[in-house]
Amino acid sequence: MPLRFPFVFAAAVMLAGFSLQPTASLAKAPSLDDAAGRYDIDGSSQINFSVGQVGGGGISGKFGRFSGTFQLDGQDISRSVVQFALFPETVQTGEPRIENFLRSSAVFDTENHPKITFRSTKITQTGDDTAEIEGILTAKGTTRTEHFEAKLTKWNRSVISFHIQGGIYRTRYDMSVGIPIYSNIVQFDMIVNGQKH
Amino acid sequence: MLRNRRDAFGWGTIALHWSIALLIIGLIVLGYVMTRPDIDPALQFDLFQWHKSFGFTALALSAIRVIWWLANAHPAPVAGLSAFEKRASTITHWLLVGLTITVPMAGWALASTSTLGIPTFFFNRMVIPHLPMEKSAGAEAFWTNAHAILAYGLAALVLLHAAAALYHHFLRRDTVLLRMLRNERRER
Repeated sequence: MPLRFPFVFAAAVMLAGFSLQPTASLAKAPSLDDAAGRYDIDGSSQINFSVGQVGGGGISGKFGRFSGTFQLDGQDISRSVVQFALFPETVQTGEPRIENFLRSSAVFDTENHPKITFRSTKITQTGDDTAEIEGILTAKGTTRTEHFEAKLTKWNRSVISFHIQGGIYRTRYDMSVGIPIYSNIVQFDMIVNGQKH
Repeated sequence: MLRNRRDAFGWGTIALHWSIALLIIGLIVLGYVMTRPDIDPALQFDLFQWHKSFGFTALALSAIRVIWWLANAHPAPVAGLSAFEKRASTITHWLLVGLTITVPMAGWALASTSTLGIPTFFFNRMVIPHLPMEKSAGAEAFWTNAHAILAYGLAALVLLHAAAALYHHFLRRDTVLLRMLRNERRER
């Protein structure tokens, strides 16, 4: 009997947690006025990527150094702007030979193209806490329009986080080595943390 | 005449011999070129994949060659060979056949243990699984050396084998080389 109350309490909390979750996330979604402002992309962000290979598995890794800002518009989300740059020299895969290959002229050519940049051109809200980001990506001297899906994952007065995903065709950027053993599509899976100014 | 006879090689043996010979020479040249340190990295990646596809082709043909060799009568040595020459040629032929299997197997082990984990995609058609071996830098280094040493050993034997064939053809003027080039019946 003494165990009964905590059990019921825990069950009630769990149920409440589950049933309240959608409302909770809506409740947590910032009003645009509150969230409006300029943010710096924080070093705690994770810029992860993966490339599939025939027979399963593939190469996955992340970039160690990057920078960027975003400006959230309080009146109109579509007028917000994201700017991002990463340094492919800092690619990490856990296998130095793969990293050196990625840095070489076969892929990023970091000697001649040390920076990959992205600048949004259009942001469209697609749900309560989701948006599509369209922008121009410049890598290895080539500029193309790309799309990413963003989902708001965390927000408070000073910090805002998004989970951003998107697939990039690497053939567009003169990085077609290894196809078809390795997929043409580089899948990005990023946690972008913004620190408010 | 597909099969060997007592006095001549059949087309089966001749076709296998020359296709494996071409593959071995090509693979050794490719293997040398693709491991030059200053090679363009994208080209190097592609050459390695070609090397693996042609290497597996050589392995498959060599396996067929072994079965064919065991299933066929071996023509008697050309008349006029000394006991030493017969012995030397037998040993060389056994080593050549053995190495045509062990060199590609060592290459397969190398691809399988490499920490790069690059799949073998046979002519971009079919994935050839890795051997069930643990990937490690140590194992990869071991098989890299084994593959290279065995391959250069095979190259040396190929040279010896070819030099002997040319010696027989141009200096001894016997049919050692000719009977691996054509198989018409000689009723003499």
